[in-house]
Amino acid sequence: MPRGVRYRELDWFLLGVVLLVAAVGLLEIYSTTVNHPRFANMHLRQLTWVGLGLVVMLVVARLDYHTLLDQAPWIYVATLGGLVAVLVLGREIFGARRWLEIAGYTFQVSEVAKWSIIVVLAKFLGELRSEVLTLKDMAKVAVLVGVPIVLIAAQPDLGTALTLVPIAATGVFLAGLRWKHAAVLALVAVLLLPVGWYLLKPYQRERVVAFANPGHSPQGSGYQTMQSKIAVGSGAFWGKGMGKGSQNQLGFIPVRHAEFIVAAYAEEQGFAGVLLALGLYLTLLLRLLHNAETAADRSGALLVTGVFSLLAFHLLVNVGMVLGWMPVTGIPLPLLSYGGSATLSTFMMLGLVMSVRMRRFVNL
Amino acid sequence: MDLHAEPRLPSSRLALLRYGIAAVGVLLLVGFWQLQVVRSDYYAELAERNRIRTLPLMAPRGLIQDREGRTLVDHVPTFSVILIREHIGGIQDALPAIARGLNLEPAALKARLEEFKEAPPYQPIVLKNPATLADIAFIEAHRIDLPELELLLMYRRRYPPGGFGAHLFGYVGEATPEEIAAESYQLGELVGKMGLERHYNHILMGANGERRVIVDSRGKEVDKLDQKKPVPGRPIRLTLDYDVQLAAEQALAGRQGAVVALDPRTGDILAMVSHPGFDPTLFATRIPPEQWRALTEDPAKPLLNRVIQAQLAPGSVFKIVVATAALEEGLFDRPFSVYCPGWANHYGRTFRCWVPQGHGLVNPHRAIVESCDVFFYQVGRQLGIERISRYARQFGLGSATGVDLPAEAGGLVPSPEWKQRVQKQPWYDGETISVAIGQGPIMVTPLQLAYAAGGIASSGVFARPRLLLEPATPPQVRRVSLKPESVTFLTDALWGVVNENGTGTAARLPEIDVAGKTGTAQLVGFDTLRRVGGRPTRTLVENAWFVGLAPRRNPEIVVVVLLEHGEHGAAAAPLARDVIKAYYDKKNSAGARQLAGLPSAAPPEKN
Repeated sequence: MPRGVRYRELDWFLLGVVLLVAAVGLLEIYSTTVNHPRFANMHLRQLTWVGLGLVVMLVVARLDYHTLLDQAPWIYVATLGGLVAVLVLGREIFGARRWLEIAGYTFQVSEVAKWSIIVVLAKFLGELRSEVLTLKDMAKVAVLVGVPIVLIAAQPDLGTALTLVPIAATGVFLAGLRWKHAAVLALVAVLLLPVGWYLLKPYQRERVVAFANPGHSPQGSGYQTMQSKIAVGSGAFWGKGMGKGSQNQLGFIPVRHAEFIVAAYAEEQGFAGVLLALGLYLTLLLRLLHNAETAADRSGALLVTGVFSLLAFHLLVNVGMVLGWMPVTGIPLPLLSYGGSATLSTFMMLGLVMSVRMRRFVNL
Repeated sequence: MDLHAEPRLPSSRLALLRYGIAAVGVLLLVGFWQLQVVRSDYYAELAERNRIRTLPLMAPRGLIQDREGRTLVDHVPTFSVILIREHIGGIQDALPAIARGLNLEPAALKARLEEFKEAPPYQPIVLKNPATLADIAFIEAHRIDLPELELLLMYRRRYPPGGFGAHLFGYVGEATPEEIAAESYQLGELVGKMGLERHYNHILMGANGERRVIVDSRGKEVDKLDQKKPVPGRPIRLTLDYDVQLAAEQALAGRQGAVVALDPRTGDILAMVSHPGFDPTLFATRIPPEQWRALTEDPAKPLLNRVIQAQLAPGSVFKIVVATAALEEGLFDRPFSVYCPGWANHYGRTFRCWVPQGHGLVNPHRAIVESCDVFFYQVGRQLGIERISRYARQFGLGSATGVDLPAEAGGLVPSPEWKQRVQKQPWYDGETISVAIGQGPIMVTPLQLAYAAGGIASSGVFARPRLLLEPATPPQVRRVSLKPESVTFLTDALWGVVNENGTGTAARLPEIDVAGKTGTAQLVGFDTLRRVGGRPTRTLVENAWFVGLAPRRNPEIVVVVLLEHGEHGAAAAPLARDVIKAYYDKKNSAGARQLAGLPSAAPPEKN
């Protein structure tokens, strides 16, 4: 470790907020699963994942992120290779090939792809030597991000594929996207929506229809949205108390320990609890932006903003789904939702942030 | 600025991101505020509706028993498929699957839901009753995706097989909107629609209870909240005697007509049969429209309870009334004989006797025994229509007897005043001659005839016919003053009908004092039917009547038999004999048992 780079340079404030958010998540996972023998001890398993995540974070933080950036081309190639391997060799579960099996462990390559795209984009955009982004550079970004998006969407896993878009958008925006180009891009996106509709699989269309018309199918995603809103609304200001939410305890909230954990939390802890949790999450995100500002170089800053945009996107889409504003997708809320690989991957990204943070005074 | 140095990220854009994420945070908070503070009451109610399910507890209807406590109508527990509508989210999309799974017509299912649109949401809809094993399997297999389907324990009415007593018992069905408005029933409740089920619905029908339970998202019950116990309906005990009823059913043996037997001392109806009948079990659930149409459009009118609803000319049976009137009016106080050559001329028209060659010189006794028409033409002419109608009405003809059954018909006893009012025509004296032998514009029901004959033979004590023994009500008795000599003379003549060379010898029973009177009547003519609003079916076909009484004075049993279409009075007599025999056989064997110190075959009566 170079001189001046010590663990005491870690962002302790950020770590504190992260642990608080994770604690809120653990409590609610406990509450959603404690009365269901099938899910027994899920909170303990999540606790293990958080512990493992912290170790991974510290290991990644120790790494100089420049070393990682230097490996960006290989990381990119490996990621594409992995995504292709999933399509060819992947295990099919519920009609989708998303998992690779390595030594008995199933492994979701697209989860790693998010991480590698952050690194690749930070490398590419960080090395641009101009204040504004040229059309040629934009085209290169489009190709860099477009290929993995198509590969992931082909699994099919449109939700995860779409998470790459905000990473690219934030990166491009910070790297000097012209307002004029931004406007054109927005317009093209709007015009492409109907085309996108034709590319959707029937079950995906169904979800969109159900979203636009809740109550359409009693057990479909419209029903899930409805039950989620009932859970949130019936929680009222002070909540029903931990372990006492009927929507939660009687199983009306779908996947209540994972994707819909915010609905269960809002039911039992009320608006007051939501204020606390959302406050913590926003503090976390703002702290990331602060770290981007204090980063020693452009690439480091872009790494941090990449992590920021990914988490912000998850927050918006997941909570938007709980509130009934967004269609039902499998996008969890990192650090709150139950899930091993998602938790590990989040801590790995926080490790990147820490690595940048610890080297903010290092003159290269 | 060092050209080789990396340009840093523009802090203005970083600031924009900061504002952006703050805006997202505020936006989400507003969303939570909207749900958790502004509309929290609404969602709290939905959450309650989610977790609390109200399930009805069905009350069984009361049993119907005969006078000895033998159960005639009971119920069997069955499962029915119900649809719970408290569930959040529309049901419309699930309807095709439900229709397929339960083997229901999709259109009928939709209509059924439409029917209950205005009902409160906690009230479930019965979709199918009884549920088949396949239905139960379907529901259990689809607990998760169709949690709105549930099984409900119900009690299905069970009637005797073969339409036994069908008109008497009637049937139950779901309350119609009109009944709901009139009687404050609930939508979907089973209520009596016809017969005793309808008349004594207030006794037979219980009050359903309900149970509130907490269910999970699969509709599985996890806890109980509270329950209101159902109150079962109370039983009724009828005046009917199963053995006599059975004899009556067997005597009629599926011929079109009716048999009624009653005890004129109390008005207790011992048997009541009408054919053709129907199977009330068909109505225990929703009757298919084709079957309903078949029943209502059958020209033989199987739904008609002929005992109280067939309004027919009584024919010669009416001579009982005319003879009593003549006796009371003193017509026979002086020697009164009429020569019958087989016909007579009255008011310029020829009236025939049923015996073409004539009866010769007949006195009142022989006139009744042999049913001489020519004799009664003369009696009718001397009495006049006013007096005939007055006596007929006094004896209960031409108006409902007030038996405890719904929709009893009144019949018709004509008078000049009636003809003027309804037909706007004066009375023709020739009509009096027809009425004197029970033809023309006169219509009675079998029950009215039994009531009238029983009352006259009981010296003017008319007990209103009734079917309910318990809960007990005192017999409703009306007294008409009659001279003892009139009653003696008449009942002796009626005994002669059966036991001398009369028209009713087929009703004779050894050692039993049977009296009676036959009647052969043309079905009411076209114009008469139209006058009273009926629908003409067949014209000028003859009906056979027989009124039997035993013993002849103060009878214990009066039996009226009606055989429709193409029969002659004598043909009805053996039916009455069978019913009377059944009554006496039972009575005698019970007496013999008592003498021998054996327990009675039937359970002892209460009190």
